Amino acid sequence: MPFKIISSQCTSCSACEPLCPNVAISEKGGSFVIEAAKCTECVGHFDEPQCAAACPVDNTCVVDTSLPRYQGASLKRDPHERHAKSCC
Amino acid sequence: MNAVVERGKHVKAAMDNGRMMQSAACRASAKSAQASYGSQAGQGDLPTEVWKKVKNHPCYSEDAHHHYARMHVAVAPACNIQCNYCNRKYDCANESRPGVVSEKLTPEQAVRKVLAVATTIPQMTVLGIAGPGDPLANPAKTFKTFELVAEAAPDIKLCLSTNGLALPDHIDTIARLKIDHVTITINMVDPEIGAKIYPWIFFNHKRYTGIDAARILTDRQLQGLEMLSERGILCKVNSVMIPNINDDHLIEVNKAVKSRGAFLHNIMPLISAPEHGTVFGLKGQRGPTAQELKALQDACGGELKMMRHCRQCRADAVGLLGEDRRAEFTTDQVMKMDVQYDLEMRKAYQERVEHERAAKVAAAQNERAEMSGEMSPITLLVAVATKGSGLINEHFGHAKEFQVYELSTSGAKFVGHRRVDVYCQSGYGEEDRLSAIMRGIHDCHAVFISKIGGCPKSNLIKAGIEPVDQYAYEFIEKSAIAWFRSYLDKVKRGEIQHVQRSDAAIRQGSLISAG
Ligand code: SF4
Ligand code: SF4
Ligand code: SF4
Repeated sequence: MPFKIISSQCTSCSACEPLCPNVAISEKGGSFVIEAAKCTECVGHFDEPQCAAACPVDNTCVVDTSLPRYQGASLKRDPHERHAKSCC
Repeated sequence: MNAVVERGKHVKAAMDNGRMMQSAACRASAKSAQASYGSQAGQGDLPTEVWKKVKNHPCYSEDAHHHYARMHVAVAPACNIQCNYCNRKYDCANESRPGVVSEKLTPEQAVRKVLAVATTIPQMTVLGIAGPGDPLANPAKTFKTFELVAEAAPDIKLCLSTNGLALPDHIDTIARLKIDHVTITINMVDPEIGAKIYPWIFFNHKRYTGIDAARILTDRQLQGLEMLSERGILCKVNSVMIPNINDDHLIEVNKAVKSRGAFLHNIMPLISAPEHGTVFGLKGQRGPTAQELKALQDACGGELKMMRHCRQCRADAVGLLGEDRRAEFTTDQVMKMDVQYDLEMRKAYQERVEHERAAKVAAAQNERAEMSGEMSPITLLVAVATKGSGLINEHFGHAKEFQVYELSTSGAKFVGHRRVDVYCQSGYGEEDRLSAIMRGIHDCHAVFISKIGGCPKSNLIKAGIEPVDQYAYEFIEKSAIAWFRSYLDKVKRGEIQHVQRSDAAIRQGSLISAG
């Protein structure tokens, strides 16, 4: 499931933006937003979703449960898994 | 206050200072030949190359901060660690005063602002980037800003404040851009203590917590400091004094940073009020009292030069320390200003400042000479209201802060400053504020001002603090020593009895507005 940013809590500190491996995060109207289609939960890149790990406000970068499950993401966070798949 | 009126006032103040300078220079001429910078105002035990670099830097030289101004630009909002004294919904509590959101700038806007300020305030010599987050967690914006400023205004010194986590990764860029000074905030060298200050860090794409986090942080900070020292880049260390958490430990920190080449250590009081919404504020963690802070600074003093004039400036502060003019330079205003960077005008102005500074030092030297031979065990503190230039030139009712000097037979030594809420509110004094001011300078025997009203005057006298206005518009140190001599005389003649004064409170409220 992709991540989303609860905009009422976002301080617009911009910490998350440069960390996203998929360039899914951008600024909109003073707050930061995640483009759901681009978010892979960082699977294949990092052990943790980078936006949530860097965000200073707890529970601001959270899984968006309203959207259908993201196809490519696995719940098991094995960073090498995707690599392995794409190699074959 | 309207920006134009405000500027007008400063021009006049500068002219007044110019007059002062002349007359003082005449009076001091007899002995000025051997005048050198006094130990407290000057080089002290700093090596000459270091002293040369810092002597006109308002943040690093106590004396320079009366004469030169600095500015910060808020281009770096992101941070890579979390501190318990910070709530990033507001500014960084460690490099800037908490409670107010700054205007975030792009590097291009920042440069325009630097040029606008440098044109309006010719004594602005230093540009710092200190957040509101961590400049090195925003390396692209931070370094881009420095590059653009170095190009447009080559005489301005660049400095950088960081929590140190990312520092080792950026040393080469810092060296390449000729950044003059770096400040690292180091609050501990023991991860157990660190775990009480830092809930987490974000490092190598991972969030670390507890002792692991603190261990990585302290290793990186000390490594960064060593790497700076190896390359000859000046490094100052800031520490936040948190009673019962790192207060005693800071003596250890002081040794650790000194041995790794830090040239100045600045211990600042924790600022924490519940309304700032920080972890410490909400938990009721108190800040130190004025005497606790001074005792710790004194305990560290022998090890490494201590900085005592830090104002914990905001990430967007502009002007002389303690005199924030940032309201004149909002993005809107800066965009409208006609900016012409005039290096020659700036140089000429700064030369005048240097004359004035030399006259001030000479005057204090003379006064000290008069006192030589006096023997007395008495030391006491006095508070001074000043707008800069080393003069007693502020009304009691207009003072946003008081500078505190320790007087003894060896002279007047600057030991700190106390922020207060301005007493005079559009012509009327406020009772509550007066008592808060008196709590803030309660450990002082006298307060030096250029002018004071009848009501605060009698209240101060009642509280045992002597209001002294006979040295209005004269140099601070010289006047303080002259007053101290007459104080000692009166004690000797039995006219007054010397009594110790008690402690004072450090103001915790949110911060002075500009203007
Ligand atoms: S979880 Fe990862 S991929 Fe998704 S928005 Fe956050 S940083 Fe980007
Ligand atoms: S890190 Fe959190 S607070 Fe900062 S911009 Fe991203 S979502 Fe907003
Ligand atoms: S380094 Fe500064 S901005 Fe970052 S958490 Fe600490 S106090 Fe706040």
